[in-house]
Amino acid sequence: MASVADQVSGISVPAAADAPARAPAAAVASSSITLPAVGERELRLDLFRGLALWLIFIDHLPTSLLTWLTLRNYGFSDATEIFIFISGYTAAFVYGRALLEQGFVVSAARILRRAWQIYVAHVFLFTIFLAEISYVATHFENPLYSEEMGIMDFLKQPDVTIVQALLLRFRPVNMDVLPLYIVLMLALPLILVSMRWRADLTLALSVLLYAATWEFDLYFSSYPSGVWMFNPLAWQLLFVFGAWCALGGARRMSRILSSNITLWVSIVYLIFAFFVTLTWYVPQLGHVLPRRLEQWMYPIDKTDLDVLRFAHFLALAAITVRFLPNDWPGLKSPWLKPLMLCGQHSLEIFCLGVFLAFAGHFILAEVAGGAALHALISLCGIVIMSSVAWLISWYKHSADKSARKGARGNADLAGGG
Amino acid sequence: MRSGLTFGPALGLALLALVAGASVVRAEEVETCPVPASMLSTESRLSKVADAVNDGRALDILVIGSRSSSIGGSQDGAYPARLQAALKDKLPQLAVNISVELQPKQTAEETVSGFVKLLETKKPTLVIWQTGTVDAMRSVDPDDFHAAVDQGVTALQNAGADVILMNLQYSPRTETMISGSPYMDNIRAVAQEHDVPLFDRFSIMRQWNEQGDFDLFSAVHGPELARRVHDCIGRALSNFIFDAAHLGPAQQN
Repeated sequence: MASVADQVSGISVPAAADAPARAPAAAVASSSITLPAVGERELRLDLFRGLALWLIFIDHLPTSLLTWLTLRNYGFSDATEIFIFISGYTAAFVYGRALLEQGFVVSAARILRRAWQIYVAHVFLFTIFLAEISYVATHFENPLYSEEMGIMDFLKQPDVTIVQALLLRFRPVNMDVLPLYIVLMLALPLILVSMRWRADLTLALSVLLYAATWEFDLYFSSYPSGVWMFNPLAWQLLFVFGAWCALGGARRMSRILSSNITLWVSIVYLIFAFFVTLTWYVPQLGHVLPRRLEQWMYPIDKTDLDVLRFAHFLALAAITVRFLPNDWPGLKSPWLKPLMLCGQHSLEIFCLGVFLAFAGHFILAEVAGGAALHALISLCGIVIMSSVAWLISWYKHSADKSARKGARGNADLAGGG
Repeated sequence: MRSGLTFGPALGLALLALVAGASVVRAEEVETCPVPASMLSTESRLSKVADAVNDGRALDILVIGSRSSSIGGSQDGAYPARLQAALKDKLPQLAVNISVELQPKQTAEETVSGFVKLLETKKPTLVIWQTGTVDAMRSVDPDDFHAAVDQGVTALQNAGADVILMNLQYSPRTETMISGSPYMDNIRAVAQEHDVPLFDRFSIMRQWNEQGDFDLFSAVHGPELARRVHDCIGRALSNFIFDAAHLGPAQQN
């Protein structure tokens, strides 16, 4: 399982060795996109993707002390926005290069292989979920929750449910991000080809699709009823925007990003969002907000990526890019290493996080834990995620080493690689 | 955060209990399930309830809800009955009538389609509408849910009733299976749009679980826990109605 971020980093040695030779060729291929040189690693991407993974894990656990540290309590957007944006950025970075160097067919095949990996990961997580829910259904019968237990009625017809799950139409709570990611990856070959042709036009089309989604209420239906929790037709905007930034958009925006007007607009908006969020937790403040504003603003829709959420993400990103330069020495600090490692193996760590959240729920339910156990579970989860990320890095590093010694064929023979 | 903060007072209470050993016995007999005042206060006003109480007229309350407004489908000991008992304690001079309209397995949209007929036969002063659970379990489109609740509240208000909206139960065991937050956000939004009080059952029950008043993770099979929780909800709801109708302690006598 080659992770996207690893390929960005150029840890894989043969690719890095090839790069200088190929770079001129890429530059010659005339196109409207530009790629930064290989080796110019965006450590900030790893850092923030790692952070997003930690926050998603904590948000998936029941509310606790640590939940108050997560982003969604301080504004409109949350870790999902960061995750999807960075995924778009890194995917475009890696496969955009593949498109320029290897052509459409090969790059599309690589993208589809990646989408397949994500799909398999999703099905694996669904199996675990099924095990958990079956256990609860057989062991738990509290009259207080006789209504809520009705959710397990789907166990009565597993044939339909499991097929619907394989079609990504039946999805348990907290398992909505990977299906979104799969759909976005399936669209990526098209997005990249379009970007190579006219990057700005592609972004404009993406905005248009987003607007059409809102105007005509487009959605993906799910089973047994309802819609996808994250509407891919709306969330593609973040993904395409990430891709656009990776393929030279960020560079072209640098003047806007460094302007003081952008800075102040962002700061004012973040403070506004913080204040609005505060009124959710401190109801006494509720009357300070004008009712007109409330009526216009609510509900802040997560399914269709509300404009307020998107704007909040943009403001956060603008401020981050400005005050955290890529050459900030702190990025190499060992203290941030666990976050970086998690960010570099995002798919594996994301799945692990979903699994750990299931397990955490389960332990809390069985042991009837208090706040202390709760905090302990959260911390253990983060430690496990970081350790596994480190283990994957170590394994890949040593696998690469042996590959250099000429043992490369083995993995292919075994059907891996 | 709150559960962390309560540790200090809890320790203090334990010390107090040691000093005044005799008072502990009494505390165990009465169900204690305190709710922070902020969760029981609202900007919106129940003017029709206030008028009825001030004029000394009978208080007719209609509870519309799904199965979680009962205990396993039975009204015996469920929160509407406990609310009636609590209101009778507080307003002994008034007649308090509570009727319950259970609509199990009905989404908000399906429930609303029956409102016109329902309100022809009953003329309640106050309607308490508990909704969202079925919609969350079926993951109905949140926009459709919003529209249905909006339409329902309009219908109830047009029929001349005060309205209280009530959201989902806090159900930690099914948290990984039911995603309630979009529905609770929409209930809150409709409450704001119509200036209708929202009884935040979810936050209140979560508070009880965190403070250790109830262990809602527990796998007990008997109805005992359910009865105690419903009793507390009924009493909290009576306080909420008092706050929203601006009924001071004066009316309580």
